[in-house]
Amino acid sequence: MSNLIKTAEELLQSKKVNLVIGYEKGTGNKTRPAFIRRAEDAARLVFYAGKSQNLAVYILRQEVKRAGKTAFVATVPALRSMLQLASECQIKDGELIAVFVREDLETIVLEDFKSVEEFLATADTGFNPEEQELLSRLQSMTAPERFSFWTSEFEKCIKCYACRAACPMCYCHKCTTECNQPQWIAPASHPLGVMEWHLMRAMHLTGRCVNCGECATACPVAIPLNILTYSMMESMEAEFGTKPGMKADTKYALSVYKPEDKESFIL
Amino acid sequence: MEIERKLYKNSSPEAIVERLLKAGKKVTAPVRSGNTVDFREIKTPAEVEYNVLTTVQSAKKVAFPKVDKVVEFEVLKNNVNTLEIDFDSYPEQILFGARPCDAAGFIPLHAIFNWDYADQFFLKRYEKTTIVSFACTTNDEYCFCTSVGGNPGNTEGSDIQITRTGNSEFLIEIITPKGKTLSALFEDLLVPETEKTEKEKHLAEVPKAFDFEKVYNRLSSTFESPVWEEQAIRCLGCGACAFVCPACACFDFQDEKSLKKGARLKLWDSCGFSGFTIHTSGHNPRESQGDRWRQRVMHKFSYMPHRLQVRGCTGCGRCSRACPVDMNIKEHISQIESL
Repeated sequence: MSNLIKTAEELLQSKKVNLVIGYEKGTGNKTRPAFIRRAEDAARLVFYAGKSQNLAVYILRQEVKRAGKTAFVATVPALRSMLQLASECQIKDGELIAVFVREDLETIVLEDFKSVEEFLATADTGFNPEEQELLSRLQSMTAPERFSFWTSEFEKCIKCYACRAACPMCYCHKCTTECNQPQWIAPASHPLGVMEWHLMRAMHLTGRCVNCGECATACPVAIPLNILTYSMMESMEAEFGTKPGMKADTKYALSVYKPEDKESFIL
Repeated sequence: MEIERKLYKNSSPEAIVERLLKAGKKVTAPVRSGNTVDFREIKTPAEVEYNVLTTVQSAKKVAFPKVDKVVEFEVLKNNVNTLEIDFDSYPEQILFGARPCDAAGFIPLHAIFNWDYADQFFLKRYEKTTIVSFACTTNDEYCFCTSVGGNPGNTEGSDIQITRTGNSEFLIEIITPKGKTLSALFEDLLVPETEKTEKEKHLAEVPKAFDFEKVYNRLSSTFESPVWEEQAIRCLGCGACAFVCPACACFDFQDEKSLKKGARLKLWDSCGFSGFTIHTSGHNPRESQGDRWRQRVMHKFSYMPHRLQVRGCTGCGRCSRACPVDMNIKEHISQIESL
């Protein structure tokens, strides 16, 4: 453990960064995001292997931007979020340092996009077996069965927008769902409004989602929302061969045209 | 009225639920779906989940639904015809298996919806609701009802309260005339209490985390404190805390319309959303998440006690359980108390 704390201390002491975003002990056995500004506070940092929240969600926050150069404790999905944000021109090379904590709790400090790209090339970015299982189960259903699965899941939705708030890629200053002139998405959390919201969000994340699963983890009523974007991600990879968040200069497949693009999906 | 105490000798309250359903009442109770338990309308007694401390969401939806139609309208050739809501269409309903912190939540809701305007949509629904609560025999680290004037056997807001006092025994407290009327449906299942049951002995022990009065007084001089930004720096600005809260009453009006007709809807809203206070000019008086977090805390622990003489928090801990980034209100309020 001392290594993460030591790394954070060094980064802050040397003034290489003004802020380190990591995890600290939360309620019970939970961890929570921690914002460390002074080297002497670095001792609060903890890291538990396994599921840790994607801290990339904080990168574009004004409080973080204002702090200047920042380091953040990044898991594999968080590193991918970082590169995806870079390819969407949201962050500049060198303004963000990623600290990856290995299984043996040693840290790897990644200071630029190139080193993140190289690191990810050897990292495991495969799909989680549980998600894969649910997805195959859904894909083996008939369309009406699948529709009824999602209808019953969406019935629970209260439109608290925790899915959007926890998503590093949902950084729009004004979300489509808040546009009311014209009103694109019905704002109520009735069946139509909920269905429109989640389908719209899945479409907007297609080819951008890095499958960190935070939308589903954040959902207070436990809707497996990540399956929607996950499925879109699989389709993108199959159709266009692109995998989001692996390169800092990925061209967004849905906004570029290549002569070799398949056109089989055009009806 | 004086609380009437009876005993119900059975291993499960299922027979009582059966009577309620048989009487044709709409019954809302905790129901399990996958890993979560929430309030839903039940059709059979077996659907009720008893093995749960708190549901994910509070029970407020029985009187304050997430989507509530307040008026309908149709566009005619030369004018617009409005169709008022028929309050008689609201069902007589029973909220069964709420926790004392849920039942107590209707007190601040009632105060808000009856403050400068009598909100008939809430009031009429509430009038037709009878609340049967379950006293808490367990608690968890998020519970803090005892810090906000409640307790695991608090009867405030409940019409009937049920406390498990043994493997095959429940104490039934009939608290209000509404409760008395409802209890007639299952009175023959109850037996008199021959010697006084020590209810407290069966209740959970919820340690006091902070002193409400002290927090209330402290808040009057903390508006400019850096504590709000410090605590809220990790807050993501979603509405999960407000939407699961038994006392949060903010709502938004939205119209849904086609060319010929439409409806005005009252929808849950949250002061945690950045768009909640944004002006048409683009100026936002609560610009940072710290400003919005302060509003949430101030409203519950300062403004409501001051202006409405009710507390805006019942200590259920749902907001903290639902928070994706572990904003723990009990801990944060304790921190403010000791500022």
